[in-house]
Amino acid sequence: MNEQEANFELAQKHGLNREEYNKILEILGRVPTYTELGIFSVMWSEHCSYKNSIKILKTLPRTGKRLLVGAGEENAGLVDIGNGLAVAFKIESHNHPSAVEPYQGAATGVGGIMRDIFTMGARPVASLNSLRFGELTEPRVKYLLDGVVRGIGDYGNSFGVPTVAGEIYFEKSYSGNPLVNAMSVGIVEHGKTASAIAKGTGNPVLIVGATTGRDGIHGATFASEEISEASESKRPSVQVGDPFTEKLLLEATLEAIQSGFLVGIQDMGAAGITCSTSEMSAKGEAGMEIELSLVPTRDEKMTPYEIMLSESQERMLVVVQKGFENEIIKIFKKWDLHAVKIGTVTEDKNLTVKFHGELVAKIPSWFLVLGGGAPVYERETKKPSYLETTSNFDLNSVPKPENLNEVLEKLIASPNIASKKWVYEQYDTTVRTNTVVGPGKSDAAIIRLKGTNKALSLKTDCNGRFVYLNPRKGGQIAVCEAARNVVCSGGEPLAITNCLNFGNPYKPEIYWQFKEAVTGMGEACKILETPVTGGNVSFYNENPESAVFPTPTIGMLGLVEDLKDVTTMNFKNEGDTIFLLGKNKEEIGGSEYLKVFHGKITGEIPEIDLEAEKKLQKTLLKAIRRGWIESAHDVSDGGLAVTLAESCFCGEQTFGAEVQIDFKREDFALFGESQSLVVVSARDANVLELVEFLEQENVTVSKIGIVTLQNLKINSSICLEIEKLKKLYETSLEKLI
Amino acid sequence: MKFGVIVFPGSNCDHDSFYTLENVVKQEVVSLWHKDHDLQNVDAIIVPGGFSYGDYLRCGAIARFSPIMNEVVNFANKGGIVLGICNGFQILTEAGLLEGVLTRNQNRRFACKNIFLSVQNNKTKFSQGLEKSEVLQVPIAHGEGNFFAPQDTVKRLEDNGQIVFRYCNKDGEITSESNPNGSINNIAGIINKNGNILGMMPHPERCSDKTLGNSDGKKIFEAMIKSFLV
Repeated sequence: MNEQEANFELAQKHGLNREEYNKILEILGRVPTYTELGIFSVMWSEHCSYKNSIKILKTLPRTGKRLLVGAGEENAGLVDIGNGLAVAFKIESHNHPSAVEPYQGAATGVGGIMRDIFTMGARPVASLNSLRFGELTEPRVKYLLDGVVRGIGDYGNSFGVPTVAGEIYFEKSYSGNPLVNAMSVGIVEHGKTASAIAKGTGNPVLIVGATTGRDGIHGATFASEEISEASESKRPSVQVGDPFTEKLLLEATLEAIQSGFLVGIQDMGAAGITCSTSEMSAKGEAGMEIELSLVPTRDEKMTPYEIMLSESQERMLVVVQKGFENEIIKIFKKWDLHAVKIGTVTEDKNLTVKFHGELVAKIPSWFLVLGGGAPVYERETKKPSYLETTSNFDLNSVPKPENLNEVLEKLIASPNIASKKWVYEQYDTTVRTNTVVGPGKSDAAIIRLKGTNKALSLKTDCNGRFVYLNPRKGGQIAVCEAARNVVCSGGEPLAITNCLNFGNPYKPEIYWQFKEAVTGMGEACKILETPVTGGNVSFYNENPESAVFPTPTIGMLGLVEDLKDVTTMNFKNEGDTIFLLGKNKEEIGGSEYLKVFHGKITGEIPEIDLEAEKKLQKTLLKAIRRGWIESAHDVSDGGLAVTLAESCFCGEQTFGAEVQIDFKREDFALFGESQSLVVVSARDANVLELVEFLEQENVTVSKIGIVTLQNLKINSSICLEIEKLKKLYETSLEKLI
Repeated sequence: MKFGVIVFPGSNCDHDSFYTLENVVKQEVVSLWHKDHDLQNVDAIIVPGGFSYGDYLRCGAIARFSPIMNEVVNFANKGGIVLGICNGFQILTEAGLLEGVLTRNQNRRFACKNIFLSVQNNKTKFSQGLEKSEVLQVPIAHGEGNFFAPQDTVKRLEDNGQIVFRYCNKDGEITSESNPNGSINNIAGIINKNGNILGMMPHPERCSDKTLGNSDGKKIFEAMIKSFLV
């Protein structure tokens, strides 16, 4: 076999630096083979090793009484929800592939995160996403949006898991480097989970699922560099998805796990066979020997290097109890899938790779993995200079608009606020018959748990503009808002998964943003008692012009204890009283209003008081559980006026509202995005008790109006016909596409 | 009444139909594996939604060659009750049990939303007990639900009362705005001439359980049970 000879120059081409190459020489005590170099390069890539982030991530709160496995221990977090059930959930990015090939990039993003869930033995019950694109005025953005939405839809729809919630924002900074974060949520009975471990010397190692092709080679490395003009040539680094095979793999995998003959199982995502073999053996403190010529490939001419690095989708690596291989093979055969023994677990703690009997790699697996010998760095930080300008911007210098009706209409029509119906109607939101509340009706999606009276409340959230203008506070707000959304839907926030999308960590300003945002998230998670169960870091989200807004997307898991608590955002009855919970501080820094109407992305962002936030959430949830709340909707993009409008028109029956709001400056009060504010409505019969309770709990409450039938009237400045506003809300996005 | 739900590779509404029949409609249900030939003495067969065989080549085109489909065809030809939902409808047309074909939605995009159905024929085994022109709210979730058949076939279906459901608006008016996929004459569900095989694109199994806020779909399963017991 003629492999290229490895040297530092080649290592550099693989994205390794001098220090890392020297470390490889030291570990092996010799020059690596070409295949070994490939293995090290993907395992030590940012994507697999978290080398520039892990130190900071470890500062996040990662324990809690409901957590059944710690962050990073398995493929996804596992949270106890009672009734003998647990939830496995995780969010992951597929930004770089989606930037060059939006359809397959997004589709395989969905497929990858689904496998992370079912490899643990959990059946996926819901899918969410969080998407960021440049402004829709750019033709390429339209192409990317269309491709990403079709990719997510086609994969998830065919796979048969409802896509129930998400968020989409359009900002110039994401132009050329869209963010595509996919989250999956699964259910598993306690004690029926599987682990990503290889142990038991002599136990056979099987590759199952799809065949191995040349797609996705170096995908993990590609994800660990900036997008540039040359990225188009990385199209072959993008994997190709087949949801049909994934569906078969799901059923076969769950059956195999239930059989009791599995020792361990891990899906093949980034870095394919390399990652699964090294991580599973390192975790089990065992070794593994595999023969690559046994791997079912799509092209018989594939080299060992290519087979090791392929990121072909819909594959798993399983370790089976010796003597029970045939039972497992039978299950996969039933589902028309390959299951081929390619190796065994060994005692020597090495990852030994052979090709037609010839040794091509032998590396102690511990040295390859995160938490083992993979490099760990903490990079230099520097506060970016733009913050000086933005935080000192005098918001009062913004001219007051004459016509607030016009402002509200403009905001409602903004693609960041307008209904995302065009998108979510392309996703199957109701398959599996658990969707109690789908997209567009509540602040979070509600998925019932069959056989119980409980439900999950699920939401993804992040205001990247806020994080850009103040990473620490922005990080706090991302967590708080996601939790607030869950509470507004009637759920108790339990835990989060996160997807940290940032620029190049070697730029001190970016690393500062990263460190600050993670610190902020951690602070909020601690106070709100929502530990971090895992997630993913995506660096190098830059295009030739600039980095993306720092975007630490939060995927929040909440639990609705009783289905009667499920709460939606729309007003329910004419004559109900409308209350505002929390103090409106009239803050417009970083708001959609400032951007859309005044053309500015600047200012100090709204204050957040974590203790007050917690108090608000706990109290609101109690009020919901006591049955006093007809509707709840938090104030976010577009401010109080938009929140009220949405509560008027987001139900099947539309309502109006007559509202009086105190203000120092009216446009700030109506369109500012102050935190810890929720608009609720209550029936007359409950008003007294509700107000008494809120006051007793020291939550600021103001009666601001009543629910009417046709028009939204706010003070003497806004009077709009709700049906017209609804039409604007529902049609604006599609018109831009 | 004993129901059988077919499981093709890629079926993804099989669990939903099973759950609804067992837990909501409270009937006996068994799964029928696509590689089997045994129909396990069921009284009715549900061909469920999903993406059988990935819907590669053409929706339902591969599923019709499944071993179990031979038995389904025999069962149906002997007058057995068969309900095809979504992909199931597509498979039944491919198998020649129902006329017409389901093509790409007119706007070429997948569509998942609640739509309204107008009951056009309330004398069938799947709709008795419903009012004529009764409006049902049922979700759709498909990319290829655009019903098409040659003019003379459509005319024959119409004349024979084989159109069981049509897309309509909230008030029961059959309008082009209420047609979600471009189906000819707003056709959402048809029955064979003998009246024992129904295919429909909307998903009644997704709206049978009142926990999910709408149980209009249950009426269709109840009609099936009622007609069977008579």
